Amino acid sequence: MSVLVYIDTLNGSIAKNAMEAVYYGSKIGSTTVVTNGTIDEGALAELGKYGAQKVLIHRGLSSNDSSQLTNLVVAAAEAVSAETIVFSLDLTGRSVASRVSAKLKAGLVVGAIDLPAADGTVKVNVFSGKAYGNVKVNTAKKVIAITPNSIGIEAADGSASVEEFSADCGTAGIRVKEVQKQEGDVLLPEAELVVSAGRGLKGPENWGIVEDLAKVLGAATACSRPVSDIGWRPHHEHVGQTGLAIRPNLYIAAGISGAIQHLAGVNGSKVIVVINTDPEAPFFKAADYGIVGDAFEVLPKLTEEIQKLKAQN
Amino acid sequence: MKLLVCISKSPDTTSKIEFTDNNTKFNEGGVQYIVNPYDEWYALVRALELKETLGGSVTTITVGTAADEPVIRKALAIGADNAVRIDSEAKDAYYTAYQIAEYAKSGDFDMVLCGKETINYNGSQVGGMVAELMGLPFVSLATKLEVDGATATVHKEMSGGVEVVEVNTPFVLSAAKGMAEQRIPNMRGIMAARTKPLEVVAPADCDALVSFESYALPDAKTDCKYVDAGNIAELVDLLHNEAKVI
Repeated sequence: MSVLVYIDTLNGSIAKNAMEAVYYGSKIGSTTVVTNGTIDEGALAELGKYGAQKVLIHRGLSSNDSSQLTNLVVAAAEAVSAETIVFSLDLTGRSVASRVSAKLKAGLVVGAIDLPAADGTVKVNVFSGKAYGNVKVNTAKKVIAITPNSIGIEAADGSASVEEFSADCGTAGIRVKEVQKQEGDVLLPEAELVVSAGRGLKGPENWGIVEDLAKVLGAATACSRPVSDIGWRPHHEHVGQTGLAIRPNLYIAAGISGAIQHLAGVNGSKVIVVINTDPEAPFFKAADYGIVGDAFEVLPKLTEEIQKLKAQN
Repeated sequence: MKLLVCISKSPDTTSKIEFTDNNTKFNEGGVQYIVNPYDEWYALVRALELKETLGGSVTTITVGTAADEPVIRKALAIGADNAVRIDSEAKDAYYTAYQIAEYAKSGDFDMVLCGKETINYNGSQVGGMVAELMGLPFVSLATKLEVDGATATVHKEMSGGVEVVEVNTPFVLSAAKGMAEQRIPNMRGIMAARTKPLEVVAPADCDALVSFESYALPDAKTDCKYVDAGNIAELVDLLHNEAKVI
């Protein structure tokens, strides 16, 4: 089966969730990757390690306009007779996948967290992480958008051939005026390690201990809804039912009681550590490891112990 | 401005999620439906604010059966002028988007707004699909929207930051957190909503592209392992050697 994977490389590098999408595609069939912009050819050839046979790059298109990218993906899908088109459910993939699905009238599975099962259904998160659904696509062509950090990826030997590709992508309806880069090195939606805190921290001035721990771990920072609502932390850090749903390997929550809406956003985490002064906090029921204690004492201590561990290794 | 806001229902955020019929159907017993928070708090309220400053009208559109009318009336109580209900179950995202696009094409709207996703299926598909079916630009995950004549300036989330973009009307937009503040309908709004026009439209012919075959609940966590607050080194040891996540 021919599989096409679209990845966003506009910042000049290949993110881990993009490699994951390529690896996912390679487990379904013979995989071609399509992307656009100025990324280095060598970096694209490396995608062979994750199972890509071939990479098509449209150098002439440098935008992330969903309409233009849809035309690019559809043209590439025609060129390789793709039966399945795979996206990572990052911010670009989200909007392009739905447009491609509508344009091709190809059924779209959003939020896949596993490879297609033997019966062809694909497992997805629904009800904001409170349940799973198994989705069947009723069309011959399929589009699958996978939730970042859902399947483990393995690199093997291999190199993909890189070919220039061009297509008439139309004009961009959207003109980019300014880009404001977010602070911090690790992006929350794709982070493998996350340190999160809630109202138990008492005020935005106390976030230094959260950031210190995130820094030694190489983790992203997150927060609960009340904290972003009262403006202690930016909205893009809010995880939960009406914020971001994440699936890191490790989620450390300090001073968050664990309301059902918060749990919905984080219960896909592989390991959850809860730190709370209240032994009755509901979050402990969803935790793998719990510490009944004061975040103001526990977090600095944890930072120190992790520094020790890092120094040993 | 003539604004169309897509309104979906979703179970209240505190709902217990359960399934029936051998895990093939969502158990609606005891579930309270609300206006999907992203549609209400962000898309609808921002549309109302624009109407209040620029003039025009706000119409809501919902693909759903008569059972969804309380949710539609809630949107009217918050301040929408009139509502449209496409009389059919929302079979899948494509079906829903197709119905909305068919209606919107005939309506000469300056903007079609929706929430970034529903909190039950979390698909975030309808906005992009409506844009594609109408051949319009799609501004996704918008956190701020200002309009000057026929040009809108929008802040939208992108990987690693925020993009400030300009787009001409008409366009489709999905609203994310930050766009507006939640509004609680007052008694006057609730009374007025009873008599506001709610047009029922027959669905256009369209097939669903996907179906949910079954559902499952996550495995219950095994018991939490407690570590003494005075012995953080033990936690680090467990994370490193047992869970192997650091």
